[in-house]
Amino acid sequence: MTTTTPDLTGDPARHRKERRVKMVMLAAGVLTIVVSIAIVLSLLSEAISFLTQIDLGQLWAKGWFPRRGRFDLRTIIVHTLLVTAVAMVVAVPLGMGAATYLSEYAPRTVRRVLKPLLEVLAGIPSVVLGFFALTWITPNVMRRIWEDTELFNMGAAGIAVGILIVPLIASVAEDAMRAVPDALREASYGLGARRRHTTLRVVLPAAISGITAGFILGASRAVGETMIVAIAAGASGGSLLTFKITEGGQTMTGAMASLAIGSDQIAGVGAAFQSLFFVGLLLFVFTLILNVASERVIRRFRERY
Amino acid sequence: MNRIDAQPTSGASDTDRPLVFDVQGLNVFYGDFHAVRDVELPVRQNEITALIGPSGCGKSTVLRSLNRMNDLIPDARVEGQVAYHGVDLYGPEVDPVQVRRHIGMVFQKPNPFPKSIYDNVAFGPKIAGVRSGLDDVVEDSLKRAALWDEVKGKLSESAYALSGGQQQRLCIARAIATRPDVILMDEPASALDPIATLRIEELMFELKEDYTIVVVTHNMQQAARVSDRTAFFTVEVGEDGTRTGVLVEFGDTSTMFTNPSRKETEDYITGRFG
Repeated sequence: MTTTTPDLTGDPARHRKERRVKMVMLAAGVLTIVVSIAIVLSLLSEAISFLTQIDLGQLWAKGWFPRRGRFDLRTIIVHTLLVTAVAMVVAVPLGMGAATYLSEYAPRTVRRVLKPLLEVLAGIPSVVLGFFALTWITPNVMRRIWEDTELFNMGAAGIAVGILIVPLIASVAEDAMRAVPDALREASYGLGARRRHTTLRVVLPAAISGITAGFILGASRAVGETMIVAIAAGASGGSLLTFKITEGGQTMTGAMASLAIGSDQIAGVGAAFQSLFFVGLLLFVFTLILNVASERVIRRFRERY
Repeated sequence: MNRIDAQPTSGASDTDRPLVFDVQGLNVFYGDFHAVRDVELPVRQNEITALIGPSGCGKSTVLRSLNRMNDLIPDARVEGQVAYHGVDLYGPEVDPVQVRRHIGMVFQKPNPFPKSIYDNVAFGPKIAGVRSGLDDVVEDSLKRAALWDEVKGKLSESAYALSGGQQQRLCIARAIATRPDVILMDEPASALDPIATLRIEELMFELKEDYTIVVVTHNMQQAARVSDRTAFFTVEVGEDGTRTGVLVEFGDTSTMFTNPSRKETEDYITGRFG
């Protein structure tokens, strides 16, 4: 019996092509990492250069006035937290309401329409929301509640940032709730539970990790949001520490933006320019911590149900 | 519904136990899909009624129409009459939530809540507004479900720490805690190992002293071992390929398994089909 040896060798041209594609993909991946590292390194080096130029006491000076050498971190951190807090007060109930409705109450057809609408809201450029805050929220919301609200104020900015992060919180929370197995809902209904019992006592507790992660991500986004606060929170050039949301105040991002907008002005002012990188580094650390925290929360509870 | 009023006459056989469910002309549709057709099924008190048959024969659908769980499926439609102690379960005045408090359910896969053992059992009473005596309800329910001795020291631990068989008995305890009259079981042991299965079967036997049980099972031996009566369903394939579940035969389990009157039943229980 004669058997012919089967030819199993592949086409060498195809092999080379395969390898080329792989190299391109690898290069793209490596480039991303290199760029990220370069950003962090440049932030670090400029931030260190900033710290060596100033007297550390300047970081606790009266107010944030970088061009006058006053770099009070408390001012911009407190303002950032204020705006974030207002944003969360707006976004958590709205986002949770939307998520709960979409996940537990909406008929399929309604969900098919509403879910993309929510994504549209996520696509509104923040500059638009910034002007909305300035021209509509300030007169129609803030001044209705507190008559003496300044034109530029952190409250309006916070509300607008809240609107900005509603879709994020809603979609993460909705995903978390939809991931709760129907078997648990059936168990609940089978015990004579109404829909609200099922939602409040079964679905929400079971989805709490994903929901929490959504909140943290939302907060992280709020901390990093720049355009809205630059437009509506006011206090260009610097600001004094205030705890009132009816007043203007610079957040970390707002301070950076107002420094960076007129970059020609910054160039000659020495430490003021570098403070931008220092604040940027702080911001980076803040959001990094928040993002890692949300990752952790998700992973810690993932094995449940 | 006159049959419910019929009292057992002296010297009557088990046949005359009062009817709990009287299903007449039950048809269930999911959208255009005719899932089960013309089911007639009497379920008697303190008995175990087994629904058996091949996959897709509609036995689970019939079970779920007994406590209106089908209401949860969009497009599901139920026609015909399901009388529960003489009351039409699908009557306009009937609240499905109340129905399910009387008619509990245990599912195929153990589905405890991600809560403590205690909170799992207390869930039903709590949502029904019971505030006092919960400890007693929990203990009593766990005892009835033959789980108390295994969990009494760790009631505050997560239900997920239990084994599959224990979880299923926890689900039975959870159903018992709402003080139902009927317990529906949808293949309660199919996800369990043989030993855990045996425990569930023993438990069912004990539970029928106080409850009426309807159980769906794939397992012929299980039906033969535990049930008093058996309903055998099969799939009817129409000319256009549509598959509809129909009830083939209903009777005493002993008769069904030794002397079935229909050839399909005999083929199925002897393993020649399905």
